[in-house]
Amino acid sequence: MATTLKAAARPVTRRSGGFSPMRRQETITGYLFLLPNIIGFLVFSSVPVLATFTISLLDWDLIRTPQFVGLDNYIKLLTDDALFRKVLWNTAYYVLGTVPAGVVLSLLMALAMNANVRGIAVFRAIFFIPVISASVAVAMMWRWLYNTDYGLINMILATVGIKAVPWLASTAWAMPAVIIMAIWKTLGYNMLIFLAGLQSIPIHLHEAASIDGATSFQRFRYITVPLLAPTTFFVLVISGINSFQVFDLAFVLTRGGPGDATNTMVMYIYNQAFQFFHMGYAAAVAWVLFAIIFAVTLCQHQLQKRWVHYEHE
Amino acid sequence: MSHVASYDSTLRGGAAMAAGVEVGQQRIEIAGRGERRTARWVQLTIAYLALGIGSLWALLPFLWMISTSLKSDSQVLVYPPAWIPNPAVWGNYEAVTKLVPFGRFLINTAVVAVTVTILELITSSFAAYAFARLRFPGRDKLFLLYLGTLMIPGQVTLIPNFLVISWLGWVDTYAALIIPAAFSAFGTFLLRQFFLSIPPELEQAARMDGCSYFGIYRHIILPLSGPALATLAVFAFMTQWNAFLWPLIVTNKETMRTLTVGIRYFGDDAPGQFNYLMAGTVMSIIPILIVFLILQRYFVRGIALTGMGGR
Repeated sequence: MATTLKAAARPVTRRSGGFSPMRRQETITGYLFLLPNIIGFLVFSSVPVLATFTISLLDWDLIRTPQFVGLDNYIKLLTDDALFRKVLWNTAYYVLGTVPAGVVLSLLMALAMNANVRGIAVFRAIFFIPVISASVAVAMMWRWLYNTDYGLINMILATVGIKAVPWLASTAWAMPAVIIMAIWKTLGYNMLIFLAGLQSIPIHLHEAASIDGATSFQRFRYITVPLLAPTTFFVLVISGINSFQVFDLAFVLTRGGPGDATNTMVMYIYNQAFQFFHMGYAAAVAWVLFAIIFAVTLCQHQLQKRWVHYEHE
Repeated sequence: MSHVASYDSTLRGGAAMAAGVEVGQQRIEIAGRGERRTARWVQLTIAYLALGIGSLWALLPFLWMISTSLKSDSQVLVYPPAWIPNPAVWGNYEAVTKLVPFGRFLINTAVVAVTVTILELITSSFAAYAFARLRFPGRDKLFLLYLGTLMIPGQVTLIPNFLVISWLGWVDTYAALIIPAAFSAFGTFLLRQFFLSIPPELEQAARMDGCSYFGIYRHIILPLSGPALATLAVFAFMTQWNAFLWPLIVTNKETMRTLTVGIRYFGDDAPGQFNYLMAGTVMSIIPILIVFLILQRYFVRGIALTGMGGR
């Protein structure tokens, strides 16, 4: 794959014996075109990655001179910070709560949409409205939906005889509340990717299997599932990465509460850095988050070899 | 290298997807015979049922929000609730604009979103043209650096970016909201891939006729890249419209807040006033909803390409 990427661009051919005037002109023009983007890229993207690591080795509150403390921040974080462990657990809870359920539900919706229904554009638009709405707006909306006494959800539950659930006021229910809302918001996005995957499966495979007498379940199991595996893998990776970075939804719905029940890693970074001004400590948390996301993505990438098979292999 | 590969396949998957979605609408139905016709009927019924329930689940919260936004204080607390407020209190919307500088939030958000979109289009298309079409030493290494940064979550750059902004004295300015967002590695990558798909023959002919590189960029590449530029534009616009963490960090003054930050503080100031809160939230969603309904297909493509869900 990497070779396709390189082959697609015109190769940089180096001739011995220096640049011809034309080549020199092309080099200068090339860097001039890059300049506006690359300045910003260096200042706000690539250098900060390294800067964050340097800051994570400091004890720095923005007022006193920074002290170099080596790996102390990381050591404290991993061995002596009960709140961090709680935050880590909450984030894992959130990821495990949103990703599998989100994948299954969105796949079901995509399958329904792929069954030659009419009005696919209308359904697609409807499912997409939560996706394009700001997480902050969505969370504000759900704050009201989850209201214990007058919220729509408890009112609907009451009609089937379920007692009012104190969604946002209870440490047990707050995280499920965030998870349900997150699944609602991302359903349309995952569904769209699954739908594309389903539509790329050649229809003649299904036709041939039907002629051979395969039932629709058999066709699903032996044609759709294996051929959809690359799409499923993509959705899993992207939802995983996004879920680890949850902030807006939980921050506005519950502010991390009650009692840190929905405090997540990014919220912890935010609080450490911009509420308590523990810059070094917050930077260390950011690096740990990055390492976790990287490790999980890498694991998924390794595991995929067992269940994802690409057509062109 | 595997990162490069995965992004490459992501992009191509996305492009195939955009095409697939269009095709799906006019897919030819396989002729059903005899017993298969019944099976097809059952299948369709289940599909419509699932989509009906799904649509209701997606829309109900919005309908409830709109309904609440039109209720008086006492109507909000009626049990069982009425879906259609009687009378509808349109004054709630005006009341919100008096309680908080809502118009100001709207202007701030629009200024930031529009400016970032324009700047991102310019800087990204410049860089993408250099990466796709010009040959110079260091090009491929720089491009790999761009790709590498795409993998890194935004929180990792948050603290240094804030330090740079406060060191420049930009806290509570438009510059703080706009400049860090105006250089997109992702946009550069997206446009580069698209530029590579444009056949180079036209440019070679133009070069022969003495056209400058900028002339080629301006008169050949840009006019042929409409869909890719539109996709990047809607994506950049939506990202900025909905951005929260960065504006939260770099704004303190109420007058510099964007819609998302403004709504969040409004939620804290008026926790029980759900009719006002919902009216404010409706107003924050309407602009992006209109843009979405008009430019739907570019949204669909952009979101598929970026792997951006909700966080």
